[in-house]
Amino acid sequence: MKIQSVKDLEKISREYSTSLYHPEYVKVNIGMASCGIAAGAEAAFNTATEAFADDKAVHIGQTGCIGYCEMEPLVEIFSGGTPRVIYKSITPDKVLDAISDYQNGIDQKKWVLGQMRDPRSLLEDEIDNPLAKVAPFEAIPFLEDIPFYKNQVKIALRNCGYIDPDCIEEYIAKKGYFALLQVLTHSEPGKVLETVKSSGLRGRGGGGFPTGIKWATCAKHDGDRYIICNADEGDPGAYMDRSILEGDPHSVLEGMLLAGYAIGSSQGYIYVRNEYPLAVKRLVTAIKQAEAYGLLGNNIAGTDFRFNIRISTGAGAFVCGESTALMASLEGNVGRPRAKYVHTVEKGFRDSPTNLNNVETYANVPAIVLKGAEWFAGMGTDHSKGTKVFSLVGKIKNTGLVEVPMGISLREIAFNIGGGVPKKKVFKAIQTGGPSGGCIPERFLDLPVDYQKLAEVGSIMGSGGMIAMDQDTCMVDVARYFMDFLKEESCGQCNPCREGIKQVLDILTSICAGKGKEGDIELLEELGSMIQKFSLCGLGTSAPNPVLTTILYFRDEYEAHIRDKKCPSGVCKALFHYEIDADACTGCRVCARKCPQDAITGEKKKAHELNQDLCIKCGICYDACKFNAIAIR
Amino acid sequence: MNQAIPLESDTETEVDFMELDTIIEDEFGNNKENLIMILQAIQRKYNYVPQPALTYLSAKIGIPYSKIYGVATFYSTFSLEPRGRNIVSICLGTACHVRGGERVRERIQESLEISDGQTTEDQRFTLESVRCIGCCSLGPVVKINEDMHGRISSDQIDRILDQYE
Ligand SMILES: Cc1cc2nc3c(=O)[nH]c(=O)nc-3n(C[C@H](O)[C@H](O)[C@H](O)COP(=O)(O)O)c2cc1C
Ligand code: SF4
Ligand code: FES
Repeated sequence: MKIQSVKDLEKISREYSTSLYHPEYVKVNIGMASCGIAAGAEAAFNTATEAFADDKAVHIGQTGCIGYCEMEPLVEIFSGGTPRVIYKSITPDKVLDAISDYQNGIDQKKWVLGQMRDPRSLLEDEIDNPLAKVAPFEAIPFLEDIPFYKNQVKIALRNCGYIDPDCIEEYIAKKGYFALLQVLTHSEPGKVLETVKSSGLRGRGGGGFPTGIKWATCAKHDGDRYIICNADEGDPGAYMDRSILEGDPHSVLEGMLLAGYAIGSSQGYIYVRNEYPLAVKRLVTAIKQAEAYGLLGNNIAGTDFRFNIRISTGAGAFVCGESTALMASLEGNVGRPRAKYVHTVEKGFRDSPTNLNNVETYANVPAIVLKGAEWFAGMGTDHSKGTKVFSLVGKIKNTGLVEVPMGISLREIAFNIGGGVPKKKVFKAIQTGGPSGGCIPERFLDLPVDYQKLAEVGSIMGSGGMIAMDQDTCMVDVARYFMDFLKEESCGQCNPCREGIKQVLDILTSICAGKGKEGDIELLEELGSMIQKFSLCGLGTSAPNPVLTTILYFRDEYEAHIRDKKCPSGVCKALFHYEIDADACTGCRVCARKCPQDAITGEKKKAHELNQDLCIKCGICYDACKFNAIAIR
Repeated sequence: MNQAIPLESDTETEVDFMELDTIIEDEFGNNKENLIMILQAIQRKYNYVPQPALTYLSAKIGIPYSKIYGVATFYSTFSLEPRGRNIVSICLGTACHVRGGERVRERIQESLEISDGQTTEDQRFTLESVRCIGCCSLGPVVKINEDMHGRISSDQIDRILDQYE
């Protein structure tokens, strides 16, 4: 069937909202994004599918990731007329028990994350809450009330974890492709440009350029215009793009279609990083399904509009996330950025006008078109509208993906949503913006999330990686880590970047090895400002950020390394050793059993001793001790 | 991105040119723009990119060998040397790094007696590092072939490696 009108969409929507909201069977949705699969979701899915192969009363399905990755595998169970309950940490051995527990009215309250109050997305406000007449389970919290979800507003992630990503009809049932059909039948391209412009949407890939302005400029230039989606997601520690592609690929396709219509383009490309095979697989399925419904290809929805999307994969080069390098790579070349005297909206891919946006940027567009620019612009701050997805990772209790309104404070994200640092350790900093960003210390945590505000403290919004660091993270080592990363990833064509980063890395490496000298900090600052000023592309100009912000906020750590030859966090091996605190040691023998070097000896229930000559500082004892008896000296 | 490149053509791998031709022609339409994806397909087939395949590719799609070589060495996914039966990819992304990824790498290196990018003598393991696999919530993460091992600590390494022949 080829979809021709909104009516056709409504018909599919009605049909599938039954299986989505009111199934006559027990529906078991297993979160099967890469993160869930890594935690055991696929094995759980196979176990459950096999067990209920002949049972029509139970249906096992898959969804993307609902964000709370710490608790994966997550399994949602419900039926029409009974509450929707989400079970946490359901490994393959527990999945059958969880299903029967649900059927028995829930005895294992410990296994339950929560129940949903309302499964609708922001786009479905004209239908009634399917759970309005369902009596909730007693003594089980609502998902929407638990701290992790309480302050989240899901626009880009609106369907992730709620639909089967391999099923276009479920996307349609959540108001998918309605924006496209509405625009094709009722709006001029110029009106779409105007909507995106006045929504205030800014690029979510890092730079934060106003999306509407980019689209309008591209539309002005003549030629075979191209629409490209940047799914290279290079920031190590950010995975929102992966999650959107794996959990709701059609939202990205629809966003690209809308861009194609607004800008006047008939060809789209998605450049996906090589490390994301599942995202590619789901995209391929999604494109085929959209083609079958006539939502991609020629004469889309019976109009003259024609648009195709192809997928291309990267090959492991961070710099290919940069716009001009990405386009060079798409052309089959080495991914080296070029100077942007002429912008890519004028001459980009194949020297034609090209519009490049990030995955999350596109995923926002259908919602903006459907709900209006004012609705979107009503959220956030003066300069930053709407929401932003962050991957909350590192030393944080509730790791996962969170989508929050712009303007919320970093503290709110790290402590209320993220639950703070685990194991009673002390929070130290939050790193945003990946290798181009900076480390923000505790005292700035009340800063609102906003493009300008983050830039004022030396970091950037970036693509949304948010890495929490605690007392065990050495900030000099973090700076060294990023420089090591960037040295590998610099394309090497300009001197300041190639040689400058290498010099910075050499200095940091020697500081970490205990060979730091007076004057090193000043030299780092000088080199940093040189690299910033004279590099060609964004990789180079932002490369010194991690070093400069750590010097600015954690100078004492640099000084401890250089002057006192100490690494207070116990990371730089040449600059610390472990000792057993005899007062705290209970003689439980856990460390002695785990030490791979047999460096720890002592009798049960008596304070142990650590032989420095044998110790390789692997940290196994430090991590294993429950009594804080292993001290860093 | 700098790898040691064997310049003399290696004789170990037999490249089936007929098959290679099918990949280039049928799957990728003989198109220069598809160079990176063709190289990926070759690597999937042989587990690395054999030198004779590069020479053939150059003649076939009309890109100078020097350029193909440039592309194959620029992108870190490509290996121009044979790799082991099991590929151990240790994540050194930021999230894994702050959770002790470096220590996990040290343990693996000690255990296998090879360093990053090398292959064990018995061809059992090749050790590679990657910068984020997108499973940061499970850090530190090690991927062996297609299996993901999350939240690992250095004392579990030997037990995990033992599962792979
Ligand atoms: C070194 C470097 C790496 C980048 N990596 C990415 C990336 O992985 N994903 C992304 O969307 N943008 C990345 N960008 C930003 C892109 O150049 C570009 O600004 C962005 O994709 C535009 O889309 P947006 O306006 O929707 O954000 C990178 C930029 C630089 C300089
Ligand atoms: S700044 Fe660095 S990555 Fe960018 S073009 Fe120059 S050398 Fe290449
Ligand atoms: S940082 Fe290791 S998976 Fe992302």
